[in-house]
Amino acid sequence: MTSATKDAIKDWFTGLGRGAILCQQTIGSICTIKPEWRNVVYQMYFIGVKSQSVVVITGAFTGMVLCAQAYFQFHKIKMDTATLAMVSVAMGSQLGPVLTSLMVSGRVGAAITAELGSMRVTEQVDALRTLAAHPIDYLIVPRSMAMFFVMPLLTAESICIGILSAYILAVFFLGINQTYLWYNMLHYTNGRDIFAGLIKATIFGMIIVMTACYKGLSCRDGAEGVGQATTEAVVFSSIGILISNFFLTMMLNRLLGQP
Amino acid sequence: MIEVRNIKKRFGNHEVLKGVTFSIEKGEAITIIGTSGGGKSVLLKHLIGLIAPDSGEVLVAGENIDRMNERQLLKVRRRFGMLFQGAALFDSMTVAENVGFVLDREQKMTPAEIAKRVEEVLTLVNLNGTQKKKPSELSGGMRKRVGLARAIAYRPEILLYDEPTTGLDPIASDMIDQLIIRVVEETKVTSIAVTHDMRSARRIGKRILMLHQGKIYTDQKPDDLFKSEDPIIHRFVNGIADLKETSL
Repeated sequence: MTSATKDAIKDWFTGLGRGAILCQQTIGSICTIKPEWRNVVYQMYFIGVKSQSVVVITGAFTGMVLCAQAYFQFHKIKMDTATLAMVSVAMGSQLGPVLTSLMVSGRVGAAITAELGSMRVTEQVDALRTLAAHPIDYLIVPRSMAMFFVMPLLTAESICIGILSAYILAVFFLGINQTYLWYNMLHYTNGRDIFAGLIKATIFGMIIVMTACYKGLSCRDGAEGVGQATTEAVVFSSIGILISNFFLTMMLNRLLGQP
Repeated sequence: MIEVRNIKKRFGNHEVLKGVTFSIEKGEAITIIGTSGGGKSVLLKHLIGLIAPDSGEVLVAGENIDRMNERQLLKVRRRFGMLFQGAALFDSMTVAENVGFVLDREQKMTPAEIAKRVEEVLTLVNLNGTQKKKPSELSGGMRKRVGLARAIAYRPEILLYDEPTTGLDPIASDMIDQLIIRVVEETKVTSIAVTHDMRSARRIGKRILMLHQGKIYTDQKPDDLFKSEDPIIHRFVNGIADLKETSL
């Protein structure tokens, strides 16, 4: 193993350790310090309201493409009316939370890292500390709390829009019987699927916000450092979402039981 | 008020501070001079706990701040106001929000009282009327003056200035110097400025400390320092480069 590889591995584990400490300090701060609700509300607006177009487009087109593909396969075995049920289960437990989180990671995660990174390199984070404000309390806690509240709502919205757009496609363009379509969807979609999806979305939100904040506050000086931190935040949170999705699926399946 | 005992600091292989020792009494105005990259700003950041030394101690009002965690340091930092080299104004906020930041967070004053205090300090730095502007709409000199207003708005006991006149034209530099002198005279705060602007150093400080090769090389009154015949001090205060370093 070359020394460069050893250094890269060491840096990776150091980063992981520091990220874990940041998470622990953030949780400690949320539990002990009175949050600044004005900041939390602003961050909820920034994360939630400003992500509407991204979430709606992601939900609608994922629902429609899933519906079309499912219909093409189901039609061969005369199971057209199971199309919406398949869309609903897939959107509720997997595609809704994962795709919404990936889109939020690209939009919100990148913005958070760029903002905090710019603040760090222009000494604004040091200025905060000199003005007796703890960067975790002032910068990370409001973003984490906002993400905690908003991410499940965005995912629920994405799931609903995905199912609605699939329904419209199935009934009005593919000519599937709407009564059986709707009945089968309600019959085969279990509340546990949706609940698992929302739990996942909340955890993915925490992965996004903690990765983004850590990368922003630890970025190297200069425009290049901020750019690199922003790229890394999106890449690491996206990978984190995909990997944790597998483990969460297995764990939640065991905890919540098979539908 | 502040006591620095043999602090050392290393970044990678480069030892920036090699055992710095000095003390500052309450109400004193001192200037720390030294070459660019010589560790002046690093030293200043040690005084407020933004950087922890590798060894040595920094005592503020008798309390050793090196042993404090970030939350304990917040209470100590409430005694300080700091003007950063680039002003470090929060660019997402207006001038008024920047200046009233601490007062707003402390929630001890009503919004009207905060607005009045903001107006007072902005008047002191000749910037009343800019309350609604964003930092991006201000010139470099104006940003520094807003930074100064922010540092004094909550009436700290100690003011730190990191290169207060760097990057400013001579008139803006003079204005900043006058403001610092006025603030020190009117509020009787302890004042510590780091600079390599000799005119500023002479005017702001009642005592000048020179940081050279990671140590305090000299600690003198401005007039004595400028008359010094020590070759290192003489070359620095008169801006004379070492010919060996400039030869091609």
